[in-house]
Amino acid sequence: MNWTSFFMMRNEILLLALILIMLVLEISSKPEQKKGLINIALALFFAHTLIGFFPNQVGELFGGSFRTNGLIDFFKNVLNVGVLIILFQSVDWLKEKTLAYNKVAEFFVLLFSSLLGMYFMISSGDFLIFYIGLELSTLPLVALVAYNSHNHKATEASIKLILSAALASGITLFGISMLYATGGSIFFDALASNLQNSPLAILGLIFFISGVGFKISLAPFHFWTADVYEGAPISITSYLSVVSKGAAIFILMIILFTILPVLSESWKIVAYVLALTTMFTGNLFALRQQNMKRFLAYSSIAQAGFMMLGIINTEALGVSTIVYFVLIYVFSNLGAFGVVQAISLQTGKENMDDYTGLYRTNPKLALVFLLALFSLAGIPPVAGFFGKFFLYTAAASKGYYLLVFLAVVNVTIALYYYLLPVRMMFLRKSDEAIPYFKSKPFMRIGLIITVAGIFVLGLYSPLYDYIVALSQNIF
Amino acid sequence: MIEGISIYEILTLSSILFFVGLYGFLTRKNLITMLMSIELILNSSVLNFVVINKYLYPNMLEGVFFAIFIIAVAAAETALAISIIINLYRLHTSVDISETETMKY
Repeated sequence: MNWTSFFMMRNEILLLALILIMLVLEISSKPEQKKGLINIALALFFAHTLIGFFPNQVGELFGGSFRTNGLIDFFKNVLNVGVLIILFQSVDWLKEKTLAYNKVAEFFVLLFSSLLGMYFMISSGDFLIFYIGLELSTLPLVALVAYNSHNHKATEASIKLILSAALASGITLFGISMLYATGGSIFFDALASNLQNSPLAILGLIFFISGVGFKISLAPFHFWTADVYEGAPISITSYLSVVSKGAAIFILMIILFTILPVLSESWKIVAYVLALTTMFTGNLFALRQQNMKRFLAYSSIAQAGFMMLGIINTEALGVSTIVYFVLIYVFSNLGAFGVVQAISLQTGKENMDDYTGLYRTNPKLALVFLLALFSLAGIPPVAGFFGKFFLYTAAASKGYYLLVFLAVVNVTIALYYYLLPVRMMFLRKSDEAIPYFKSKPFMRIGLIITVAGIFVLGLYSPLYDYIVALSQNIF
Repeated sequence: MIEGISIYEILTLSSILFFVGLYGFLTRKNLITMLMSIELILNSSVLNFVVINKYLYPNMLEGVFFAIFIIAVAAAETALAISIIINLYRLHTSVDISETETMKY
């Protein structure tokens, strides 16, 4: 091993440098220069995202504690692109609302720390690094949810998030200790070869899935989701629903598929039940929401249920479909959140009724929102359809026809509530419709990227082939 | 290894700790007490790691290392939670869970 092998940690080292640069700039800049920090952070993170696309080495570091392969590298790029879109969409919010409180650099430092935690979490090679990554990704996020600390809703949301997250990590740890007791190691490689199918291991598995389920907001563990999403600033809500959820489902999938395959008979049942409860709770609760953030929160719970359809497959097909679905979900959900953020920033309105007649006053925003909702619902010409369709094939190829049927029933329910705002925007007239406004350039870039993603990802099949090829290598 | 005490007794203790913490978390109405319950849960897993390491796999120190990291991270978690509770107290002069009920369902 020579020093060049540290380039494996390229993403982590660069992001850490970025965090330190932001800290130093925060200290050394005058209050009137803070506006420039936003542009610097955006430019640096854009460069970081570009560097991430260059090919990277594959292998392990620190005795197997840190490992990387093509799929993990690809997924880090997905997270990077998600964060980049979120940054584009939140620049105007930062410039208009937060400069007065002098907290701009904190936003970037905390957001990047959380992303760093996710990097470590998804490329962890033992449960210790996994746990530290999980906490490093959660704790800065809690601080970000409480970003508007004088706002009552934000404080309430953050207290709910920190208590739920701490309880979840406690439960995860209890489960990991049981897996350690049966496997004799905390290293993934050793566990994969030593672990036997025993009652203690199954109990540990249940605790572990419950703890990680909090993070993905699977159904019996989802109670914090809607409240936190409503109370947090919209940029953080989109980060929670896209990047945080995507990273957690990815590492859950990796751990279940590669380390705990001996227990697959048990966790297939768990995944089956969780998929059904999550889809039904998410979709049925979304029907009665009026606040757009709560509406998208329950829709994202339902989407997590669909992701469990890929978990149940237990093979490479499941891996590739989940990664592909998350990739599409990043673009479609960020498109929806971007429109909500643009409207909220301009008018302060977040309720569904406020969107009445939006098509007549702001046709472009309404069209972006329509495409994003169609993609979330899974209507054919846009990418969301292919993501859902591949997940169905993953579950159906193992003979879970009843589950696929119930998932299709859920898509029908989802179609109803996704079309509610569409009907409001396109078919209703209102004298109090949100007047025409011009989106800011950065917000426009963010929305254009998401729309391009929604169209291109569904139709550009070499990308899916690439993911399939990568996911063959992880077993 | 403690003379006369088997691993079962200590594991029973840690399980009791875990469920006492869970019960406290679900029933208490004061945010600080809920935080204390979470500490019980975390400490039960710390105890688990140390005991399993000592009794079952004494030639490696993985469990002990894990325990040290859990203690450190739990401290950070508690600091963050307390700071948020203080923020809530400034807004409402109360640390009761009923102050956090404006958003529901």
